[in-house]
Amino acid sequence: MSMTVTLGREDIVRLCERVEGAQTRAYAIPKLTDEYPNMTIGDGYAVQLELRRRFLAAGHKQVGWKAGLTSKAKMIQMGVNVPSIGFLTDRMARPENSAIKTSDLVHPRVECEVAFVMKKTLKGPNCTRQDVLDATDYVLPAVEIIDSRFSGFKFDLESVVADNGSSARFVGGGRARYPADIDLRTLGVVMEKNGEIVTLGASAAVLGHPAEAIAMLVNILAELGEELPAGSFVMSGGITEAIPVKPGDSIVARFQELGSVSMRFIE
Amino acid sequence: MNEEKIKQYGDELYEAWLACRPVRPLLEREPEITIEDAYQIQERFVARRVQAGETIIGKKIGATSKPVQDFLGVYQPDFGMLLSGMVYQEGDTIDLATLIQPKAEAELAFVLKADLKGPGITAMDVIRATDYVLPCFEIVDSRITDWKIKIQDTVADNASCGVYVLGKTKGDPRKLDITLAGMVLEKNGELFSTGVGAAVQGSPANAVAWLANTLGELGIPFKAGEVILSGSQSALVPVVDGDELVCTVGGLGTCSVKFAGRSKA
Repeated sequence: MSMTVTLGREDIVRLCERVEGAQTRAYAIPKLTDEYPNMTIGDGYAVQLELRRRFLAAGHKQVGWKAGLTSKAKMIQMGVNVPSIGFLTDRMARPENSAIKTSDLVHPRVECEVAFVMKKTLKGPNCTRQDVLDATDYVLPAVEIIDSRFSGFKFDLESVVADNGSSARFVGGGRARYPADIDLRTLGVVMEKNGEIVTLGASAAVLGHPAEAIAMLVNILAELGEELPAGSFVMSGGITEAIPVKPGDSIVARFQELGSVSMRFIE
Repeated sequence: MNEEKIKQYGDELYEAWLACRPVRPLLEREPEITIEDAYQIQERFVARRVQAGETIIGKKIGATSKPVQDFLGVYQPDFGMLLSGMVYQEGDTIDLATLIQPKAEAELAFVLKADLKGPGITAMDVIRATDYVLPCFEIVDSRITDWKIKIQDTVADNASCGVYVLGKTKGDPRKLDITLAGMVLEKNGELFSTGVGAAVQGSPANAVAWLANTLGELGIPFKAGEVILSGSQSALVPVVDGDELVCTVGGLGTCSVKFAGRSKA
């Protein structure tokens, strides 16, 4: 993956403002490559970095990272062989069993994920699955509420990276576990919407093992000149397909060995 | 449907199974076949195998999960009989020449320690009567040309049962979360699909309870020692010469199987 930045500072700021406007005021925009067809993935990350800088300057606190596009089907669909990553802030966190507003989102969807909390700083390149497990304090179940700001959820990798990997909200909860105490590869997961099973799977759907996604995330961070600090909360990518939600919907994600995470959606 | 026709189609399916030569869909020829007729045809087909020396050692539940229902275009569960000639051991190589158009399904198998007779059976009774559960592969096969089946065709054809393989790791359903246990299916070392127990009627125990009650209506009990295949937790996997499949049930263990040779269709 090339991290080469081809766009000038002015274009990056312009694209960042466009994404920031769509995120903060909840409206859909055309994918960025419509106007910048030669935009690279490196340009996408430069826009994401600018977005992060602005949020942090406005007082948001970064709590960690997320990996996206971690299933083989999604990677083939996007024509890539590595996940995308995005940053997570305190403003995106919602408590377990809370009511989540949808009026400040464009077209939210929910996914079941295994989340990791790190006790040691990790630095790529060459970070492995075992390095991740050794550096993990505990794992917990999470639901990510993604919300692409692009019309009709239609985007390419360059645009989605600039849009911070469609990050919007997240809910961690359930039961914390030491990774050594459970088989992280074979955890079964069921998502229920309004009491009905809408999607299901097992954690191997994420690159064969969720820790593999975290290792790749650490290696992408290394390419961007960054590390994954101790204390980070990291989501490893959707085990299940993303399910659209609207006001009135209630979601329960049930995980083998990790308990459940629930939330409901309001206007 | 009259007895003569039931006998005729049961015999036809038995001959098709014996020769590994598929036949035209029954429903295409007899649009009036009901599901009850189809179970009577199945009874005849199974009786012929028993006459030829096999014994009934358990039951299978079919069409229990969405991927399988979508594939078959069948939206209700059905059942078939497990016969002694269907059994393979973990790690065995299955000769594809003995099958017509096989596809593999990863499942959870129940082995009973007590009789169970419906109606009135709940999932709790199923757990109580279960000795242990095992990861397993059912290799489904259709004696109907190109899997062109409707519910009546598959029911008559013993729920499209081919052969099955039981894993070696026994699990106690009182210790294992059979509803949320993940199912990871790999083909030739690569991830093929994932699933979970809940994919089968909300829980594999629900599927077994459904069958206990359905058979109870017909006066047929589950016997202690019987094997019950609870239904596929994965997509159907087509298999060819040289393929190796491994399924892992989270918190339980694995089952593996290899295939060699060429199937008939």
